[in-house]
Amino acid sequence: MKLPIYLDYAATTPVDPRVAEKLMQFLTMDGSFGNPASRSHKFGWQAEEAVEIARAQIAELVNADPREIVFTSGATESNNLAIKGAAQFYHKKGKHLITAKTEHKAVLDAMRALEREGFEVTYLDVEANGLVDLNKLEAAIRPDTTVISIMFVNNEIGVIQDIAAIGELCRSKGIIFHVDAAQATGKVDIDLETLKVDLMSFSGHKTYGPKGIGALYVRRKPRIRLEAQTHGGGHERGMRSGTLATHQIVAMGEAFRIAKEEMHAERERVAVLRDRLLDGIKDIEQVFLNGDAVQRVPGITNVSFNYVEGESLIMALKDIAVSSGSACTSASLEPSYVLRALGLTDELAHSSIRFSIGRYTTEEQIDHTIKIVHDAIGKLRDMSPLWEMYKDGVDLGSVAWVAH
Amino acid sequence: MAYSNKVIDHYENPRNVGSFAKDDPTIATGMVGAPACGDVMKLQLKINEQGIIEDAKFKTYGCGSAIASSSLVTEWVKGKSIDEAALIKNTDIAQELALPPVKIHCSILAEDAIKAAIADYKQRHGN
Repeated sequence: MKLPIYLDYAATTPVDPRVAEKLMQFLTMDGSFGNPASRSHKFGWQAEEAVEIARAQIAELVNADPREIVFTSGATESNNLAIKGAAQFYHKKGKHLITAKTEHKAVLDAMRALEREGFEVTYLDVEANGLVDLNKLEAAIRPDTTVISIMFVNNEIGVIQDIAAIGELCRSKGIIFHVDAAQATGKVDIDLETLKVDLMSFSGHKTYGPKGIGALYVRRKPRIRLEAQTHGGGHERGMRSGTLATHQIVAMGEAFRIAKEEMHAERERVAVLRDRLLDGIKDIEQVFLNGDAVQRVPGITNVSFNYVEGESLIMALKDIAVSSGSACTSASLEPSYVLRALGLTDELAHSSIRFSIGRYTTEEQIDHTIKIVHDAIGKLRDMSPLWEMYKDGVDLGSVAWVAH
Repeated sequence: MAYSNKVIDHYENPRNVGSFAKDDPTIATGMVGAPACGDVMKLQLKINEQGIIEDAKFKTYGCGSAIASSSLVTEWVKGKSIDEAALIKNTDIAQELALPPVKIHCSILAEDAIKAAIADYKQRHGN
């Protein structure tokens, strides 16, 4: 078996070979390399046609109108454009925004930037299962609330928020609802005809497309307007200037087409593998699943192994590519803010591992992973003073630790 | 994070992992760190009547650098008198293991563990 085993599909996915093949047709002299904005010749027309096909493919996956899709450089840019663009455009209506503490940094930091511009932001606590309580969200709404941003699928723990219900609430109050759906495409059914969502962010590389490409859904009925964040040639109906990256756009379109076609079969296959993994590690003592056990995508499994430390665990798991928290924060020594928001103790937050399974994961890889996890936990617990104390019946909460 | 070969060696083949009986009068125990900070080290020294460290064992909850720092310390203290062991500096540990700046606290913790064990010994032996 080829090692290390890739189990970090939530960080990024490999480009599907069918997608890569498409992408390469839009680069060289032999291909359709033209600028889609060139109106005066065939090179431009061909590229424009390819972009429009891709736009339709993306719209189809989420049951939207192609005219509602704006291409960006990725979900981070989409989140920034949606949140800042809407907050700024509608600032005369109010300057209060709401999001949750477990959102991606691209949402949280965009909110922080708006705070520096004079907006007020409520960062909602989530429940211990990672889900937003609708009543608490409703209670946080003020007369001057203009934008609410809640993610579809959490990148660290995989829980699925009740986007339909939150959408109804927002619509009834006349509040713009943005959803970061980077981890949701190809994983859950998304129907923007029924969901009362006004803005939705998508990523290419989380769904077997290339990095550096994303999209933002901007609802037409009722029409949502945005303050542009990137100014220039007025591309994408003025919302996002910059020459369209034809090859990446075509690739994202193809990736989303495949996602639509294969999503249900893939979800079932991934769920079988996930169950196999959970079954294989369930006899290890003191293992906890983070996030709601039911309302979750099968691809992301976040577990805490009590009394072992996360970074040493990652080292012990060197033959499997997993992450501790999200890739964006794993360089720091802080435990995951998402797990902290669920109310996990520091120990449990420090010893969490995210296994994310995807299109190319095999049964053999899962079986090998189970073996590696057993060995690693055994070794590290033999070395852990906390495990020893737990086994001796010492209440770790009663110990007077010396913080450093 | 890229670890030095020495850290990886100590992590993969930790020296002197284990525990001595706590109530043995020749055993001194130092436990430092906090789970909230992501590392806890327990260092135990077996000290003879002449004040020489005959043996050492450790258990560490922490990152690879923390495990390597404590593993290294158990090797270094053996054969030393408690006064000599007290002179081991975190900078020596950090240098030996080529710890990156963000991991210096692991070496500090290892030095603290030696000091805590020695303090435990002195307290128990009335000095």
